[in-house]
Amino acid sequence: MNFLNQYGSEIATLTVEHLWLTGAAMLFACAIAVPAGIWLTRSPAWAKPVIGVANVLQTIPSLAMFGFLLPLPWLGERAARIAILALTAYALLPILRNTYAGIRSIDPAVLEVARALGLTGTQRLFKVELPLAASVILAGLRTATVTCVGIATIAAAVGAGGLGELIFRGVASVDNRLVLAGAVPAALLALIADGLLGLLERRFKVPV
Amino acid sequence: MPTAIEFRDVSFTTHEGRMILDRVSLAIEEGSVTAILGRSGSGKTTLLRTVNRLVAPTSGEVLVHGRAVSDDGLIPLRRAMGYVIQETGLFPHFTVERNVALVLEAQNRPHSARIVRAHELLDTVGLPAGEFARRYPHQLSGGQRQRVGLARALAADPPILLMDEPFGALDPLTRAEMQDMLRNLLARLRKTVLLVTHDLDEALYLADGIALIGQGQLVAHLAPDEFVRSREPDVVAYLRAFHRGERATEAQP
Repeated sequence: MNFLNQYGSEIATLTVEHLWLTGAAMLFACAIAVPAGIWLTRSPAWAKPVIGVANVLQTIPSLAMFGFLLPLPWLGERAARIAILALTAYALLPILRNTYAGIRSIDPAVLEVARALGLTGTQRLFKVELPLAASVILAGLRTATVTCVGIATIAAAVGAGGLGELIFRGVASVDNRLVLAGAVPAALLALIADGLLGLLERRFKVPV
Repeated sequence: MPTAIEFRDVSFTTHEGRMILDRVSLAIEEGSVTAILGRSGSGKTTLLRTVNRLVAPTSGEVLVHGRAVSDDGLIPLRRAMGYVIQETGLFPHFTVERNVALVLEAQNRPHSARIVRAHELLDTVGLPAGEFARRYPHQLSGGQRQRVGLARALAADPPILLMDEPFGALDPLTRAEMQDMLRNLLARLRKTVLLVTHDLDEALYLADGIALIGQGQLVAHLAPDEFVRSREPDVVAYLRAFHRGERATEAQP
């Protein structure tokens, strides 16, 4: 109890910070990966190389990724920017891959009829393709979010804040309570995000 | 009768160099029902798809009401033709009424007018709107889905109807019901219909003219009564392939 009194407000602040880092990265990642995924369905020859690049980004160890970004001039002064950029890079692959796969998996007969009935490209995208791919795209967003809530704890290594602060401090001072004070809220955040996005995903699921 | 659809030396070769259509020339009269008959892989579906430019011929041209289809805008061209396929291609995330009225929605017609039209069409194809309008495609039987597909194709009252094996996946009884429904409907609506089928019986029952396609070429274009009397070897082969069961049982003592 004493511990909570002492660290409660700090945990709350860092949780908000953690959410902000992850949330901002998810917005950026969606803004890049969803249009990119749609574009890949139009130019499938690019799908392999582009998804390959996103795949490589994903394999960079997170601590190294933060380290790589540190010396960049525009970013270096603002640690939160580094964190958001790195998290965005990690979130790209699942969202990109699922947008591409979600649209590609639509029944070809449905797309054929949409064309044959004289729907314009924009109408096909917004009335048919995106609604039908929505649950798959959301599944990608869910994977990305859960991954990034975890990776965001590393952001504290470059001074970007978030719940990782407590974990790093706990490790440095060999205080397990501090480690848990960072790890437990981070795990809860991941679970909650997973649950909420899962609900949304099912809401958009189209029965066949 | 003026010509509604004309194929002029239409050929189509795939990227791999396989010839699907070989100089097909065929004129379809306005208001007639023409069955395009042929075996699987004969090119009949490809021929149909050149009309609404889902396929662009490698050479030759397709004219609709005297104008080359390649001259007109793609979207208006397609909106002036209904399209019905075996797989129905119903939009699984839309209700039946929204499926039917989607063409009108794409044209930004007011919502109330769309609903009125959708319900009218559902009644026309034998699905009482009160019961079916708010259902989703997965809640329908195969025959009912095909009726929705037909209603959707009729939504904008297009003068031309393109149908690709519309009843091919249905059981014989349902198929017969659908054929009756379509026949009654066409007797009232007067559309130019191109009906791709491999079912001779369906072609004879529904069509005013039968175009037999074999290996990408037009083999014969005859009225149904001429078709059954034809001595053309390919036509005879097609006729022989039908009613074999009947003939076999008749031959029994």
